[in-house]
Amino acid sequence: MKNRFVKWLSLPYVIWAIGFIIIPLIMVFYYGLTDKSGHLTFYNVANITLPVHFKALIIALLLSLISTVICLLLSYPLAMILANMNSSGNNKLMILVFVLPMWMNFLLRTLAWQTLLENEGVINTILTFLHLPTLKIINTPYAIVFGMIYNFLPFMVLPIYNVLCKIDKNLLNAARDLGANEVQTFFKVTLPLSIPGIISGITMVFVPALTTFVISDLLGGSKILLIGNVIEQEFTLNSNWHLGSGLSIVLMLFIIISMIATAIFDKDGEGSAL
Amino acid sequence: MSNVLKKIYIALIFIFLYAPMAVLIVLSFNASKSRSKWGGFTFKWYAKLLSDSDIMEALGTTLLLAVLSSLIATFIGTIAAIAIMSFKKGMRTMLLGITNIPMLNAEIVTGISLMLLFIFFNIKFGFTTILLAHITFNIPYVILSVMPRIKQLNPSAYEAAMDLGASPFKAFMKVVFPDILPGVFSGLLMAFTMSIDDFIITHFTKGAGVDTLSTKIYSQVRKGIDPKMYALSSVIFITVLILLILVNMLPGSKSKAKKAK
Repeated sequence: MKNRFVKWLSLPYVIWAIGFIIIPLIMVFYYGLTDKSGHLTFYNVANITLPVHFKALIIALLLSLISTVICLLLSYPLAMILANMNSSGNNKLMILVFVLPMWMNFLLRTLAWQTLLENEGVINTILTFLHLPTLKIINTPYAIVFGMIYNFLPFMVLPIYNVLCKIDKNLLNAARDLGANEVQTFFKVTLPLSIPGIISGITMVFVPALTTFVISDLLGGSKILLIGNVIEQEFTLNSNWHLGSGLSIVLMLFIIISMIATAIFDKDGEGSAL
Repeated sequence: MSNVLKKIYIALIFIFLYAPMAVLIVLSFNASKSRSKWGGFTFKWYAKLLSDSDIMEALGTTLLLAVLSSLIATFIGTIAAIAIMSFKKGMRTMLLGITNIPMLNAEIVTGISLMLLFIFFNIKFGFTTILLAHITFNIPYVILSVMPRIKQLNPSAYEAAMDLGASPFKAFMKVVFPDILPGVFSGLLMAFTMSIDDFIITHFTKGAGVDTLSTKIYSQVRKGIDPKMYALSSVIFITVLILLILVNMLPGSKSKAKKAK
């Protein structure tokens, strides 16, 4: 397949990528770095230092970091158990079980947590019945963290699972033969080899959690503004595209940092969820 | 970890992931319109579903978008994946880097960047703008699932077909295409799912008057969700569940599924 014709097959995609990936990103920078009359300005980007916006960024960073860490702690043991079940043959089905929820509309799934977490909701009814103290977390940052973990957990499980499945079992046996115990084998062999999957999972949870506006909208009672909510409102309510773009440029800095981290650790795309 | 503990752990995560599903299915049989009150058992939301022209129109738009965007993305993405593999390393890395942008970038940024593009070039917001956006975020999924299949191809098979007198097109269709088909198919399925489930990018690229199921649900959040939406999503969920069980139980599907990976 080394003839010239084959290379031309990329033409539709190259045109598409320039038109709908590259130029739109340039647009974000164009609008973000100009004012309404088209003059170059850093005013929009500098607006992030305004207390309202800065607070929204800090809360978003904090909540998304907490969610990412909890996702990692929940996912790693789960991915390990699933990877070890490899031999029993039903692991494909297990993975489907963890992906299946994605087929129900993401807004409805998140809204269902309102019904579950409400002060008079399902969980509290059960807790009252069991004479346990009730939870008061709906419309608080805790509910948002909850929603983030719920929505993005599969993005952490799948890359880690993929990497763990590829680890050569002989390496583990070799470590044991050489006298390492379970804990040592884990820290010296399994964990280092699974780093690409962990990094990929962290990016795939951190970026959507940092930039969400839907989860905070649905579970935070629209009192808690994340940076995503601020940007969304600038675009849809205030039609201030310049300010919205300026704040997006700040947001993209964090996305680029996590992209670079992925590129460094995951050179062959081993940890990708696909 | 003992086996019992492992099973309990999986069960807990399972409950965590499926509790909302159960809530939505229960709500679809709730006679009361309220999300938090049980008003008795009813089938009326299911019965009224088909006659609700608003929801049916949104469902139609959602499905049409998913079919068109996944098919177009699969075509562009598949031929692009074939071409990308024939490039030299530098060019290939660059193209793959660009392909990764919509996958790694935040959806809100992809959404607003496309919104700004349409504003800048004065393109009227409507079905077409959503379709263009969906094709854009779908192509990378296709490229990334076709690529591994192309890497495994044996280039001499194609050359042999040409030596035996096949035209390049015929050699491609008879030799290359059947080999990459599982990758093409899983890319198509992935693109279809992503399009159906998308809210954020649609939110920024849709015009007034056009609604997908997601944007319709979002507009109902403040005034309360129409219980028919619960009925519809329960139907979709159960359908997919049954399809998945059937596919997994079909004889011989196991080896095929492994190949597709």
